[in-house]
Amino acid sequence: MTQTPEIKHEGPDIVSGRLAASRYAENFADIHPPLAREQALVEANRCYFCYDAPCIEACPTGIDIPGFIKKIATDNVAGAGMRILEANIFGGACARVCPTEILCEGACVRAAQEGDPIAIGRLQRYATDPILARASHPFARGAPTGKRIAVVGGGPAGLSCAHRLAQLGHQVAVFEARPRLGGLNEYGVAEYKVPDRFARREVDFILGIGGIEAHANQALGRDVSLAQLRQDYDAVFLGMGLAGVKALECEGESLPGVANAVDYIAQLRSAEDLARLPVGRRVVVIGGGNTAIDIAVQTRRLGADEVTLVYRRGPEMMGATSHEQEFAQVNGVTIRHWAKPIRLRAEAGHVAAAEFETTRIEEGKLVGTGAAFSLPADMVFKAIGQSFIADPLETDRLDALELRHGKIEVDDQFRTTVRGVWAGGDCVARGLDLTVEAVEQGKRAAHSIDAALKG
Amino acid sequence: MVDLSINFAGIQTPNPFWLASAPPTDKAYNVERAFRAGWGGAIWKTLGEDPPIVNTASRYGAISYKGLRVAGFNNIELITDRPLQVNLDEITSVKRRWPKRAVVVSLMVPCTEDSWKNILRRVEGTNADGVELNFGCPHGMSERGMGAAVGQVPDYVEMVTRWCKQHTRMPVIVKLTPNVTSILPPARAAVKGGADALSLINTINSIVSIDLDLMAPEPTVDGKGTHGGYCGPAVKPIALHMAAEIARDPDCHNIPVSAIGGIETWRDAAEFMALGARSVQVCTAAMHYGFKIVDDMIDGLERWMEKSRYDRIEDFRGRAVKNVTDWQHLNLNYKTVAEIDQDLCIKCGLCHIVCEDTSHQAVAALRNDGRRRYQVIESECVGCNLCMHVCPVEGCITMKPVDTGKPALDWTRHPNNPLRQAAE
Ligand SMILES: Cc1cc2nc3c(=O)[nH]c(=O)nc-3n(C[C@H](O)[C@H](O)[C@H](O)COP(=O)(O)OP(=O)(O)OC[C@H]3O[C@@H](n4cnc5c(N)ncnc54)[C@H](O)[C@@H]3O)c2cc1C
Ligand SMILES: Cc1cc2nc3c(=O)[nH]c(=O)nc-3n(C[C@H](O)[C@H](O)[C@H](O)COP(=O)(O)O)c2cc1C
Ligand code: SF4
Repeated sequence: MTQTPEIKHEGPDIVSGRLAASRYAENFADIHPPLAREQALVEANRCYFCYDAPCIEACPTGIDIPGFIKKIATDNVAGAGMRILEANIFGGACARVCPTEILCEGACVRAAQEGDPIAIGRLQRYATDPILARASHPFARGAPTGKRIAVVGGGPAGLSCAHRLAQLGHQVAVFEARPRLGGLNEYGVAEYKVPDRFARREVDFILGIGGIEAHANQALGRDVSLAQLRQDYDAVFLGMGLAGVKALECEGESLPGVANAVDYIAQLRSAEDLARLPVGRRVVVIGGGNTAIDIAVQTRRLGADEVTLVYRRGPEMMGATSHEQEFAQVNGVTIRHWAKPIRLRAEAGHVAAAEFETTRIEEGKLVGTGAAFSLPADMVFKAIGQSFIADPLETDRLDALELRHGKIEVDDQFRTTVRGVWAGGDCVARGLDLTVEAVEQGKRAAHSIDAALKG
Repeated sequence: MVDLSINFAGIQTPNPFWLASAPPTDKAYNVERAFRAGWGGAIWKTLGEDPPIVNTASRYGAISYKGLRVAGFNNIELITDRPLQVNLDEITSVKRRWPKRAVVVSLMVPCTEDSWKNILRRVEGTNADGVELNFGCPHGMSERGMGAAVGQVPDYVEMVTRWCKQHTRMPVIVKLTPNVTSILPPARAAVKGGADALSLINTINSIVSIDLDLMAPEPTVDGKGTHGGYCGPAVKPIALHMAAEIARDPDCHNIPVSAIGGIETWRDAAEFMALGARSVQVCTAAMHYGFKIVDDMIDGLERWMEKSRYDRIEDFRGRAVKNVTDWQHLNLNYKTVAEIDQDLCIKCGLCHIVCEDTSHQAVAALRNDGRRRYQVIESECVGCNLCMHVCPVEGCITMKPVDTGKPALDWTRHPNNPLRQAAE
């Protein structure tokens, strides 16, 4: 165990403007810049146009990937973009945020053949960017049905559901607790994946279809109730995401300087000027998922000197893909495996160090070894997972709404156990917690709602 | 030790790789750079009578195939646009400085004996190794009664060849145009006229593309275009076929042939040589990559010959000719079926869909526990090779011969042939 010498501080070293002003733009620019036409053509022509293509099956929204890539190859870029957006209205966000290495690109036959899949995500962006830049919305609304549907939550699940409902001719009202729509695309995903306010442009694009009223700053359980929505609307869709954060359950968790990763990221994503966002010199991140990676990399890119990510198990057990782990390491994040937090220590009323005990697996169980180490820290971030908070549903008054593993129970049509109420996205006990999965669930729920209302 | 040197109708060169008559051989500067890079010879860019012709701006068109640049190439250039004497002086000095490399002069003048006689006399003075009669240029010059306009009429080919043989001591190579239904009549005419050698092919009539904004062919000259000559990798199969026709023809098979058309690698060259060519000429490949490509042409051919135990080009030249036959002599009892190496298969499914949609429904698409498996149904497979060609994995699908136990049987004896020859 390396012993870091104790340096005495006059309080924590947390300041803004650690970098030269120009560096912020560089550090938070697109990690995958758009493809130029020449590059896109070369890449598109690598596609074999597979029959029964494994990539389609690996995409939760089932985009006709070989189909759109062939269109790119013939310079029919608009046709390609529409082929994507027909299946996934968030095709633009997905192109940027999907962990493609475990989805479409992971299944690409070229990955099996030569370890170098088609850059499906980047081609998807090439095809969708021009459509999002157009002034007019490309999808028409169906003949009005006269039905009204309430959607709770303006994230990918909610907006995907709303858009498909509008397309099917229904009238939709979206209730969003935050000031802006977009969900974690707006407040959660790493800035360099969706820079230049992309999430806002995409929300505007989606709402462009018409027939969707957006009510911001309207929270279920505070400003509206589920009972009321059920009364006022023909159907309700819940796409509320995960509002809770799992606790470390160790001493010092509520000290100043200890924060939820998602809260700090939300602050970062909303910041008008990143140079004015304070960041610690030494940052400790606890957790092993993509949120942990995102906070670690983004604090490094804000100028933190030492960022250490500590995970209680080995690399292959991390929620973050190996691609994401590598990305963190390339960004100068130190990843330490096999250690769990035992205490966060304070100095002058502010967190100053995080103490860990190393771990190992014994008879299939994770146990402490007794050996400990301490990491000096100006900021400690908790990123060990989020949880669903059911309070706004007032299940005490609506006991028919069942939860499973702490999330909303739904069937394969995304119907909850309450009549007239559907749910999808992170808040349900089904599928992976990914943007693309939320989009698919919202879309499938919309068709189920449509069938129920027309039936 | 492999020896690549050749004797082509009396012209000796250290290797069989020559530059075809075209922009790469337009002037001393280029030709000397080529010789420094290792090329064995050069056919000088076609000379004509003064005043020189005039070229257009926008001259070349090209086919990019799936990101592959210049898979086919086309041009609307004419012969040299420099005064005759300038070219002759440069040829003289290049030949003096490079005595061991071939300098052959390509010629195209109006179809009168005097025109040919005069230009041949002037070329004699350069000490060039030979002349090549350009009967092939398919655009511009042919409108003026030269180039392909001569090459397409066997009587003219014979007549002009005879004039040239009369008026020069240099070897006369006749360059043929592929813009004919059969290459044999003009080839035989050249032989009859006394040609020392043939070279083929010149470029093929073509329009590479239409600009859909301008609504005009490319290359576009001030809003209009015209057909041009097609060459490059795309034309190699056409050139191979014509070379084979000449090699199999009793009237032509002894005449030295310099093969041209889509040659870019040592392997392309070896294929033409297997069909009888003594030298090869290259244009597009040099225009695509520069002269350095000759390095691997020489090195690759040497290594392949060494491995195959051929000491000289003569040891394998023409070896494939006897295996080129007419369809009616192919064995109809020979059977192959496709075999998929399941360990190499990457599950793209192309073998299935092409056979299912367009052929014989002989590749099954299965799922075992959700995992894809593509499997040949041998009883349905006709051995057409389609799946093997579309499979993106080298060596994954092979055609394996099946012993039918039946004796060889060709169409001439097949029971379905109403005109079959009675079995003896
Ligand atoms: C830090 C972080 C990074 C991530 N990075 C990626 C990534 O790179 N790629 C990827 O595929 N996935 C990523 N994810 C996961 C992805 O963002 C989610 O799976 C996805 O956003 C889920 O969509 P959703 O619509 O279900 O929920 P959310 O996006 O969370 O949207 C829910 C919306 O409901 C609103 N809401 C909540 N409660 C109420 C209420 N009571 N009343 C009204 N509105 C309410 C919220 O404000 C929010 O706008 C990341 C997640 C996090 C936390
Ligand atoms: C731009 C260009 C100009 C050419 N000019 C001539 C010419 O002047 N005389 C001639 O005999 N052939 C000419 N050719 C034809 C080439 O010599 C050669 O026969 C043909 O390009 C096929 O060979 P390749 O496939 O290697 O290019 C020209 C070809 C090109 C591309
Ligand atoms: S949505 Fe995501 S998983 Fe689906 S094709 Fe696009 S990038 Fe791949």
